[in-house]
Amino acid sequence: MALDQTISVPRDYSLTGPERDRALARGLAAAEWYHSDIPRKEMKALMARSDQPAIRDTLLWIVLLAATAAGGIALWGSWWALPFWLAYGVLYGSACDARWHECGHGTAFRTAWMNDAVYVFASFLAMRNPVSWRWSHARHHTDTIIVGRDPEISVMRPVDFARKALAFVGIPDAFVHFGILIRNAMGQFGPAERDYIPEADIPRATRWARAFVALHLAAWVWALVSWSLIPVLLIGGPRIYGCWQMVMTGLLQHGGLAEDVLDHRLNTRTVVMDPVNRWIYLNMNYHVEHHMFPMVPYHALPRLHALIQHDLPPPNPSIRHAYAEMIRTLIRQQREPGHYLRRILPPTARPYREDLHDADAVPQRPAT
Amino acid sequence: MSDWVDVCPEDAIENEDVIRFDHAGRTFAIYRDADGAVFCTDGLCSHEHVHLADGLVMDDTIECPRHNGRFNYKTGAALRTPACVALATYPARLNAGRVEVQV
Repeated sequence: MALDQTISVPRDYSLTGPERDRALARGLAAAEWYHSDIPRKEMKALMARSDQPAIRDTLLWIVLLAATAAGGIALWGSWWALPFWLAYGVLYGSACDARWHECGHGTAFRTAWMNDAVYVFASFLAMRNPVSWRWSHARHHTDTIIVGRDPEISVMRPVDFARKALAFVGIPDAFVHFGILIRNAMGQFGPAERDYIPEADIPRATRWARAFVALHLAAWVWALVSWSLIPVLLIGGPRIYGCWQMVMTGLLQHGGLAEDVLDHRLNTRTVVMDPVNRWIYLNMNYHVEHHMFPMVPYHALPRLHALIQHDLPPPNPSIRHAYAEMIRTLIRQQREPGHYLRRILPPTARPYREDLHDADAVPQRPAT
Repeated sequence: MSDWVDVCPEDAIENEDVIRFDHAGRTFAIYRDADGAVFCTDGLCSHEHVHLADGLVMDDTIECPRHNGRFNYKTGAALRTPACVALATYPARLNAGRVEVQV
């Protein structure tokens, strides 16, 4: 049945609804995914771990956080403080996401404790429970944009444009995340969380949530006692006023692309970015490459891209280009939720995996 | 205990690397450490159905290629989430220039 002869039913993106059963029945859960061919020797070189790039980037990050915070405090009361706080906000509220992500994968550093330490620190900045989000992200990689299975689908069809616009200032995201931390701190985990967190890890997740909530509350107490905004601008606040870069880059990862496919070239986007955004984002603009080979550290992703670009759709040449493409698609999805952006592969690429794609995945009923 | 099974010439596995070995309807991962000693574990990650032979050997650990869970391939112990359940290990040896396992 042709798509234009049907009316699409909104999909249920929860992990406990009918879409989950549907994904399981269709063999979409924990399935085999398409991979570009890379000789083992080259793959080993790409996967090789080193502490040095991440030590350099982490030290730079910490120094910039400290310097911008110091500048903001020193110039408090003057408009000259504003650029310092704006920079601090992005370094805290956006750069935390990529550090959380890379260290969660365990690929940023070679040394395990360094990954774990930066992971917990970045989790705190991002207001994410470090235990539950590790499991959540593992599921995101197992079942990337598989509806009913992936807990990290950020652009659901049809997209709510107003909600996505508010996300650039942390609304309601920061409040929702802090609410989750409070709930977890009380030992409460919802059905979706229990779907991907093993029972044995719940007590550990509860302890981390309590520590994170206590630190945030301490900042509020400090602000009240000192009757100053500075404590909340330093701790927690950047998750609101500095998250825009994280949202800007994050929405591009999968927005407007296919659902329920087993080929990352169909559901993930690589975007060419400037060096500043790439540093904040730790090269996650090479997102197809990251999903296809999550063992490759962030600093080796440009080399991986060069090696397999013949097998990938051309990357978007800029953030602006990617947004124009994505927004056009999201607008069309308001009328046709089954529509998705399908990029043309170069002649050197192997064809897309066509055995499962979302043209027939969107539940539909005939037009009446 | 079963007989020793021939796997491959010893130079088919580089030091600090791993290969996949399928035998009698099962799949295994065969490793060489930095000194060239050989080891054998189950071939699939205990977290999800992923071949460890596509993963990364670092020191005494094998890292799963999909979720970066880690195991000690000499003991089978799970070292890093999402891997929580240990791998089964099997005897392995070098014999006259060949790698052999007892599975």
